[in-house]
Amino acid sequence: MRIHFKTTYNDDIRLFPDRWTFMVYAALLVLAFALPYLIGEFYLGEVTNVLIWAIAGLGLMLLTGQTGQASLGHAAFLAIGCYANTILIEQGVPFIVAFPLAGIITGLVGVLIAIPVLRLHGIYLAIATIALSVLADDIIVLTEPWSGGVSGKFPEMITIFGLEIERWSMPSRFYYLVLVVTIICTLFYRNLLRSPLGRAFAAVRDSEVSATAMGVHIARTKGKAFGLSCMITGWAGALMGYYAGTFNNETFSLVISITLLMMIVIGGLGTIHGAFFGAVVVAFLPQGLSILKDGVFGSGVAIPGLETGVFGVILILFILFEPMGIYGRWLKIRIWFELFPFARKDMFRRQKSYLKTERLR
Amino acid sequence: MSLLEINNATLKFGGVVAVNDLSFSVEEGEVYAIVGPNGAGKSTAFNLISRFYEPFAGTFRFDGNNLLDLDADQVADLGIARTFQNIELFDHATVLQNLLVGRHRHRKTTLLEEMFFMPRVRREEERHRAAVEEVIDFLDLQPYRNKMIAGLPYGVRKVVELGRALASEPRLLLLDEPASGLSVEETQDMRWWIDDIRKQMGITVLMVEHDMGLVSGVSDRVLALADGAKLAEGTPAEVQADPAVIEAYLGAGAA
Repeated sequence: MRIHFKTTYNDDIRLFPDRWTFMVYAALLVLAFALPYLIGEFYLGEVTNVLIWAIAGLGLMLLTGQTGQASLGHAAFLAIGCYANTILIEQGVPFIVAFPLAGIITGLVGVLIAIPVLRLHGIYLAIATIALSVLADDIIVLTEPWSGGVSGKFPEMITIFGLEIERWSMPSRFYYLVLVVTIICTLFYRNLLRSPLGRAFAAVRDSEVSATAMGVHIARTKGKAFGLSCMITGWAGALMGYYAGTFNNETFSLVISITLLMMIVIGGLGTIHGAFFGAVVVAFLPQGLSILKDGVFGSGVAIPGLETGVFGVILILFILFEPMGIYGRWLKIRIWFELFPFARKDMFRRQKSYLKTERLR
Repeated sequence: MSLLEINNATLKFGGVVAVNDLSFSVEEGEVYAIVGPNGAGKSTAFNLISRFYEPFAGTFRFDGNNLLDLDADQVADLGIARTFQNIELFDHATVLQNLLVGRHRHRKTTLLEEMFFMPRVRREEERHRAAVEEVIDFLDLQPYRNKMIAGLPYGVRKVVELGRALASEPRLLLLDEPASGLSVEETQDMRWWIDDIRKQMGITVLMVEHDMGLVSGVSDRVLALADGAKLAEGTPAEVQADPAVIEAYLGAGAA
């Protein structure tokens, strides 16, 4: 077991608590950058897909895991990011400007939507955000002159200072682009967590009453959370557009919203790792299932609803047996080894929380 | 001029008059206690000062500021911190993070600076941490610094909540039943802390408490409430001897 001897307050503030953790993440980063030389193009494409989902997951995690506001409407923000990016580039804005701008536009739209929607709590908020997902489809069809409507759009090739990037012909360049965006989003997320705003998010999640008493403006904090969440989601949406190669009104459907929410629950709510673990499950499960199905029933058999069914079962099992998600399980396994042989069975059992004051208004 | 002045405060919930034409004032540097039977309107008075409830009538002034002009989250900026009767901590965060939320009103950094974690953010974090460590030392919370609230016993949570209020460096501290649910020893600790908060830190304390031992031990003045109205006000001994107070607690004819 590693024991941290902290000597400065900075030991608790910096990104990595000790040299070992730093080495582990540095090694992971080196591996990530070396990946195109290690695996084939098909698998590189799959890893790119995982990373894009992870960015979207980070976006939703900020809102749901950190600030405690469930959203079933994030596919709408994926769509806004995707369309904003594509339309900006069609208007002649270079990618290096259009892409960040697409996220910022999505964030601003998110804040506008947050103002009325975030007055709702819990299940009512979830229902209101479902409406967003449904509306997005209709709005894309209605704004056909810009969005291309049902026939959809094809994103143009990315050029950054003359360097061309395309998902199919140059998968490794596209992979690097996605990787850089992932790293930037992860750093943003991590930085917010260790600063006053991140703590305000947690305060709003756990007790709005005492957050208010400590001077946290609830509506403004939720608005910021929604805006930042949508910004990151918008970037993921733009990348998804490039990854898919074509998109229309049905690409960013309610199913994507639900998948996103399931993803972060399965991965582990409120943790950065959770977004990545969840993304691995979401991106690889369909492939894994179809390989399994082909092996058992032969490739000619189609089982409608198999994926959704399996997703649902996995979600229920996680909520029942491992509410902390894959990351929570991973922590438990790690601590078991670190403490070996002194780990006890009930170490993670939490006491029931005490009586809460009812909402004051 | 008094630090906190409340005049003719009235609040009704439907037909129930929770606080009825209540006036009192708290002087700078004193410990002022509010006592009264259940449902007397003590916590309601607190929630009025915190701006959680909108009064029907009355004036609320803190150090020359009209509290009614402010929203609930702006009250903290004036230097009013509070605890809650049933403990309202951030359960899925550590003790340290809870105390750091107490520093929220002292934050100076903007969203962009925090996203990029500019050097100023780090300096500010270290400053906040130093302030929080003072509170941790004061309340002997060192063993719990990195523990999650969800796993802590009740008595410790009570102290953490006091710590979170102190971390905001308030001028007025509102304590809603600081000793409820505490053991005899813990109540004794709480008594010494309240004494020290007033004497060392110079913070004015307004508290609601049922434990008359604690009340008479620490408070300079006591206000007795019944049915939302003032029954008696004075030193702890005076209030305890007041026939109206005895009647409210024990019933007519008991004296």
